[in-house]
Amino acid sequence: MEVLLAGTIGCLYAGAFYLMLRRSIVKLLLGLGLLGHAANLLIFATSGLIRFAPILNESAPKAPSEVADPVPQALILTAIVISFGVLAFSVVLIKLTAAAAGTDDVDSLRTSER
Amino acid sequence: MTRQVILVLPILVPLAAAVFSVAASFVVQRRVALVALTGHLLASALLFALVASGEVFAVQLAAWPAPFGITFVADTFSGLLLVSMSVITWLVMLHSTASVPREIQRLAFFPLVLVLLAGVSGAVLTGDLFNLYVWFEVLLMASFVLLTLGAERAQLEGGLKYVALNLIASAFFLTGVGLLYGTTGTLNLADLSRQMSDLPLSFPRIAAVLLLLLSFGIKAAVFPLFGWLPASYHTPPAAVAALFSALLTKVGVYSMIRVGTLLLPQPPETLTNALLAVAALTMITGVLGAVAQTEMKRLLSFHIVSQIGYLVLGFALYSVAGLTGAIYFFVHVSVAKAALFLVAGEFERRWQTTELTQLGGSYRDAPMLAAACFAGAMGLAGLPPLSGFFAKLQLVVATVEARAFLSLVAALSVSMLTLFSMCKIWAEAFWKALPTTSTSVAPEESPRAMRFATVGLASITLLLGAFAEPVLLVAEQAAEQLLDRRAYLQAVLGGP
Amino acid sequence: MRSLILLTASRLLFPLLLLFSAFLLFRGHNAPGGGFVGGLVAAAAVALHALAHGINATQRMVVVTPLKLVAAGLGCALGSGLFGWFSQQPYLTGVWVSLPLLGKAGTPVLFDVGVYLLVVGMVTHVLFLLWEE
Repeated sequence: MEVLLAGTIGCLYAGAFYLMLRRSIVKLLLGLGLLGHAANLLIFATSGLIRFAPILNESAPKAPSEVADPVPQALILTAIVISFGVLAFSVVLIKLTAAAAGTDDVDSLRTSER
Repeated sequence: MTRQVILVLPILVPLAAAVFSVAASFVVQRRVALVALTGHLLASALLFALVASGEVFAVQLAAWPAPFGITFVADTFSGLLLVSMSVITWLVMLHSTASVPREIQRLAFFPLVLVLLAGVSGAVLTGDLFNLYVWFEVLLMASFVLLTLGAERAQLEGGLKYVALNLIASAFFLTGVGLLYGTTGTLNLADLSRQMSDLPLSFPRIAAVLLLLLSFGIKAAVFPLFGWLPASYHTPPAAVAALFSALLTKVGVYSMIRVGTLLLPQPPETLTNALLAVAALTMITGVLGAVAQTEMKRLLSFHIVSQIGYLVLGFALYSVAGLTGAIYFFVHVSVAKAALFLVAGEFERRWQTTELTQLGGSYRDAPMLAAACFAGAMGLAGLPPLSGFFAKLQLVVATVEARAFLSLVAALSVSMLTLFSMCKIWAEAFWKALPTTSTSVAPEESPRAMRFATVGLASITLLLGAFAEPVLLVAEQAAEQLLDRRAYLQAVLGGP
Repeated sequence: MRSLILLTASRLLFPLLLLFSAFLLFRGHNAPGGGFVGGLVAAAAVALHALAHGINATQRMVVVTPLKLVAAGLGCALGSGLFGWFSQQPYLTGVWVSLPLLGKAGTPVLFDVGVYLLVVGMVTHVLFLLWEE
């Protein structure tokens, strides 16, 4: 399971960077999305690969070693919310940029650098 | 109890004002924003009055005890920065009421400025690594929208680069946070600091700290990672650029200094050497980029990069003298750079151009503006008796103390080039005869708000130079706190 | 293009989804759920309505402008923190009172309601922005 998770995280990072290095704006956006997922999954891995959710159960309490660490999941939830908002903004931005520039080639977006 | 309230106010006041004015008309928004910024200024001043004596204090939000909940901390460094940022934002805001076009003001411009300031205050005050990430995203979201308001093509293209690079930086930040949490089990900066000094540096921890520094480096626009800044900062109205130069990149450097000094009590020498090299290269590439420009806002954007190099230099020296220089430089450069951007804003509004080849002879039309620009420009270049001189002197003394002579040479020669390009701005815009081919229009009358803000910021540069000693003393106290760390740890975690 | 099946289904599903979102919101204190998920479900209900009836009908139905919802939500969340001060505690400290019929009510619920409103408003806002053709 650990190997699988590590491999998945690695693939996500690799895929994200591959997509971001392409010239299309849409792929840049997809790459940014993947990058966020990769980081989130990495944080998830730090909670320990344990089956039981850390829900408070006073009748049958579990030892701390038996339940997953809840903090990383809270962190991931926060990060997902934020990246969701930012990606929503990026979609609007990319739509406007592509409409203004008439192309989705990143390399031709040089108006602001000339 | 009063401390607990005061520590939260700089975040709460602008955020609440933004919330309550977002649905109102822009005239109401403007009034609310001015009131809220005044409130922010008062709160920051109170906070600074409390920490100026060297006290460090913390609030545990929602009463969760220290390593578990979110902590806000105020020390001399954060107090000083908060006050300077608040003053600058207030004046820039005043300027923007006259210089930013109405149709952009209508697009929730003022609430966005307030959210930006709230994000910056949160990032400066937080004592929790993940919370820092959250505030970064808050301020970035506000800045994304501010940068692209108006949706001109250049703005959108610059904005796209800015957004993409900053999202990558955030992902690096998150990765670093994950690695740190995985190896230490805490995200409270004070707790992390204690753990990092107790245990030897293992590979994942070094990787985590490097990832964090990399992400702050992108946000601060240091040497190989600054491409987004000159591509985007000159596209929005000059008042927005002034705000960004005083708040955004500076928060990147702030976090670099804060997290760097807390997490690496004894940094490996390879790292500090690398940072010194990065600092020197940032200064040099930035100023070389600036020398080649003839458009005021682009020229100033490159100068932001160059000045960031000085701040990183002070941090990389890892000494009280170096950090003192960096902190004083921080205040000085935020003020001087904002003043120059406001001058550019006045040209944008009154002459309808910021292209230096189209301008000339403006001192006759605007003697006050010429004086303000001169004070800002010479201050930035570092001529005595202005603020830049003392900032650079302190940094030079620190580099000599650390025997970092290559950095010394870089800092001094970049200063010469800065002086050159500042002279270019002043001579081209104000002194030379108006070119016969110029298409610039005759200037309209300067609105009072605009003039007050520009001259105000320029006179703060003068005051910073005249009262350099008290500011330097406060900066030194802040630097000692940063390197000593005991007061910080005690304020957050309690105990001896 | 209108689909009869989607129209009928959305009439049935829309109130159900809203109800479910409220359930998720209030369940969230000690169990999986909460303001964010609840808000997303409610926003999904709005999106479904827009799919079935067209964006103009939805915009007419959503009386409050989405940005006002965002502001109200943020105000709710920020305001819920102030109660901590009244009981001499740090900002955001939870304050609980026992109500006769509802059981315990406290400021964390208010915070969650704020998050709920914020998410509904934000997602609906983006939805309207991207949908306008």
